[in-house]
Amino acid sequence: MTATSPTMTRRVALGGLGAALAMPALRPAFGQGTPIKVGVLHSLSGTMAISETALRDTVLMMVDWVNAKGGVMGRKVEAVVVDPASNWPLFAEKARELLQVHKVDATFGCWTSVSRKSVLPVFEELNGMLFYPVQYEGEEESRNIFYTGAAPNQQAIPAVEYLMSEDGGGAKRIALLGTDYVYPRTTNRILRGFLKSKGIGEGDVMEEYTPFGHSDWQGIVARVKRFASEGKKTAIVSTINGDANVPFYRELGNQGIKAEDLPCVAFSVGEEELAGIDTRPLVGHLAAWNYFMSVPGTPNAEFKQLWQSYIKNPRRVTNDPMEATYTGFRMWTQAVEKARSTKVDDVRAAMIGQKLMAPCGYEEEMLPNHHLSKPVLIGEVQADGQFNIVWKTPNAVKAENWSPFIPENANRRR
Amino acid sequence: MRTGAAEHGGGAGGFPAPPFLKVDMRQLLLALGLMLWLALPARAQDAFTAALPGLAGGFSDIATSVEQLGVLGDPRALPVLRALQEGRLQRTADGRVLLPGGIDAATGQAADAAAAETVRLNNRVRQALRGALGRLQLVSPDAAERGAAAEAIFRARSAEDVPLLQAAIAREADAGVRAKMVLALAAAQLVAPDEEAKRAAVARLGAAGAAEARALLLEARASNPDMATAIDVSVATIDRALSIRRAAETLFQGLSLGSVLLLAALGLAVTFGVMGVINMAHGEFVMLGAYATFVVQEACRGTPWLAPWSLPLSVPAAFLVAAAAGAVLERGLIRHLYGRPLETLLMTFGVGMILQQAVRVAFGAQNREVISPAWMQGTLMLPGGVAVTQNRLWIIVFGIAVLLLVVAAIRFTRFGLEMRAVVQNRRIAATMGIRTGRVDALTFAFGSGIAGMAGVAVSQIDNVSPNLGTGYIIDSFMVVVFGGVGSLTGTLVGALTLGVVNKVLEPYAGAVLAKVFVLVAIMLFIQRRPRGLFALKGRAAES
Repeated sequence: MTATSPTMTRRVALGGLGAALAMPALRPAFGQGTPIKVGVLHSLSGTMAISETALRDTVLMMVDWVNAKGGVMGRKVEAVVVDPASNWPLFAEKARELLQVHKVDATFGCWTSVSRKSVLPVFEELNGMLFYPVQYEGEEESRNIFYTGAAPNQQAIPAVEYLMSEDGGGAKRIALLGTDYVYPRTTNRILRGFLKSKGIGEGDVMEEYTPFGHSDWQGIVARVKRFASEGKKTAIVSTINGDANVPFYRELGNQGIKAEDLPCVAFSVGEEELAGIDTRPLVGHLAAWNYFMSVPGTPNAEFKQLWQSYIKNPRRVTNDPMEATYTGFRMWTQAVEKARSTKVDDVRAAMIGQKLMAPCGYEEEMLPNHHLSKPVLIGEVQADGQFNIVWKTPNAVKAENWSPFIPENANRRR
Repeated sequence: MRTGAAEHGGGAGGFPAPPFLKVDMRQLLLALGLMLWLALPARAQDAFTAALPGLAGGFSDIATSVEQLGVLGDPRALPVLRALQEGRLQRTADGRVLLPGGIDAATGQAADAAAAETVRLNNRVRQALRGALGRLQLVSPDAAERGAAAEAIFRARSAEDVPLLQAAIAREADAGVRAKMVLALAAAQLVAPDEEAKRAAVARLGAAGAAEARALLLEARASNPDMATAIDVSVATIDRALSIRRAAETLFQGLSLGSVLLLAALGLAVTFGVMGVINMAHGEFVMLGAYATFVVQEACRGTPWLAPWSLPLSVPAAFLVAAAAGAVLERGLIRHLYGRPLETLLMTFGVGMILQQAVRVAFGAQNREVISPAWMQGTLMLPGGVAVTQNRLWIIVFGIAVLLLVVAAIRFTRFGLEMRAVVQNRRIAATMGIRTGRVDALTFAFGSGIAGMAGVAVSQIDNVSPNLGTGYIIDSFMVVVFGGVGSLTGTLVGALTLGVVNKVLEPYAGAVLAKVFVLVAIMLFIQRRPRGLFALKGRAAES
């Protein structure tokens, strides 16, 4: 983000407008049949723009990619971009607009769980199809949504297990810091249940929530420091979302919190968010994801190459939700080809069991619960803003969207 | 402790055993052992080369080998560990370890570094590394390095550090460094088997009054049940010291939040308080100031001698940008709407949205990074162990400076005089030859410019994004109304009160509820005193 070029700036400004204007004028040299429309429902302004703008670009890149290969079933794919502006009710309105006015066949969108919760009834009512690319709290399953990010057992729980292991520092006390909405609150509830099952008492868990876009972290960071001075190894689990992370990490650095004394593992901070921060004071703090830009291997090299040549900036980073968007898009094209139809009901049936060698270096599979099997990776922040992978699961882990630590939903597991 | 050895100046291992008899036999043996090592370089070499291959293994192998290197006392270990810490140590596929420049750490010869990769760290290795480097650097000629080493040992403490530290304390001349070493020694003695030393250590750590010491004591309490009472006494001593310090820190945090509120509200105190214009685009002027800071920073980036001064330079730049925007807004729109507050409110709200979108088009929706200069980073330790963050401290200073500037401008300049005259009685001022329209424009531009200067401060603690201003507009109005419309003293007291009350409530209610409580409290307060804390009296207040 620091090195965003002027072309990029213009693209942000004109992207939505350009896509909307260009759409009716296109008459491509594709075979017969009308173009297939996909909706892009990501905030391009407001507090979540820091994270979501890159996802909009990823979908546009994939549209270019599939058209360069001759489209899907020989038909051209077109993107319809709307801006819900980090405004949760506006997400529902824009989703309705995509489905009813633009009649899109599939939608890629949402980052925060509150935005997904707000569009879910719309997609169910109008029988649309949403690909949701971000790790989330689980406790949800809709026939109209495919979740290509991680469920709690693919991110939150392994990350806390790592913090408690010898390699992770053997934490005995956990500070749960989060933004005040459904994802952090549910995740922390699951984590509390998990910590209890590991013998960590209520007194050794601290929980704090802040509003979106919170900027004054001095009191909370000072309290976490105090919480850490009770004679047991302490760690921070952060579910802070959006641009509140920048002042949070700045405060950690300013108050001299070193990762080897008080490591902080984040679930919503990736390469893209770190691009706006001076990461030198943060070296050693952790993030848990299912993909890092630093993953070795051919699928990732191809993915990075595709992105950097599309965005025309060899220094732009990739991150986990972008990889999940890429994986979801490719699985969708595979499913459409398999079903020989773009109808939601046909594609839904064809989606289950789709496999892809994902950029994370593992083969991912769409499970009957509409979630993916994914590997879990834990990375440490490095001075250059990249992550050094310090731990990973040997295999892809199957998603459990109904957590055993939420008693009222545990019996809904398949 | 300071006998004999101090005069000798003490090269590593060259110090004699302290002549007094209270010394522990184990310590004596360890010291003797250390001397033996240095007398037998061949053995040390073996241990050194034996520890090296671990550095080419997994994280737990690296940690073990770092620990081994740390206790060896071999001078060759220091460059290896330093290179590891700096991320410049490399390893080859066949398990050799290379120093920067492609030198084989074991043989000291140049080696082929073509296929070598950097040895990576994790937090466990970093912890081991800190302890090991601390032990090796205790003999450093640089006092700051010895101090850092003592702090590192304090955190990494182990029973083996006791003789090392005792020797180091004996030859330490710098009082500050020695105090750190004494604390580190107490920490090490806490995990050593010597019961008597342990008791003394508990008392010493209690007297130190540091949060870290408290953590150590509580940790030791579990493994030393017979010392529980002594430890409790020490912990209570620390708690007393900490509670005073905590109160001071909360006060500082409150003042810091208050100074941000003050900066954001000062401009409004002029435009709303003095002129009575409800300017909903006020937050956007703060945002313009923050973007001006960003632009100045980018402009200075190319010239190295100018770059560190970009922040001070952006203060006048931000003032001018926001003031110009304010003057255009006043001359273009607001002057047509004087006396119609509802229309002014709606229209300035619209202008705010236009400004936001304009900035979004020009700079993009993404946040812009304004870098803090080095003198604004990190924590400053005040006497008594009160920790204050540098950037917040500077913002308080800046807030006071801007307040004084505003007061001076209103009190002592011709422009201030004319402004007061127009506010008190427009018609008589006009008959005295004051061009009231020009004064209105200048006053509004002045208030907007102050908002721009607030943007410079805000860019240091918040995200520079197009919607930066929306977070400050409500707070600014709250401060001005609470303090009393038209009173600068009221704005100052109001801002600081709200900041401190917010920070005092936060630990009990959480960040979200604390804000709600403050809002409710202000509502009740305004019911009782509609004119705020410092109400204007007299005819001006009635109009």
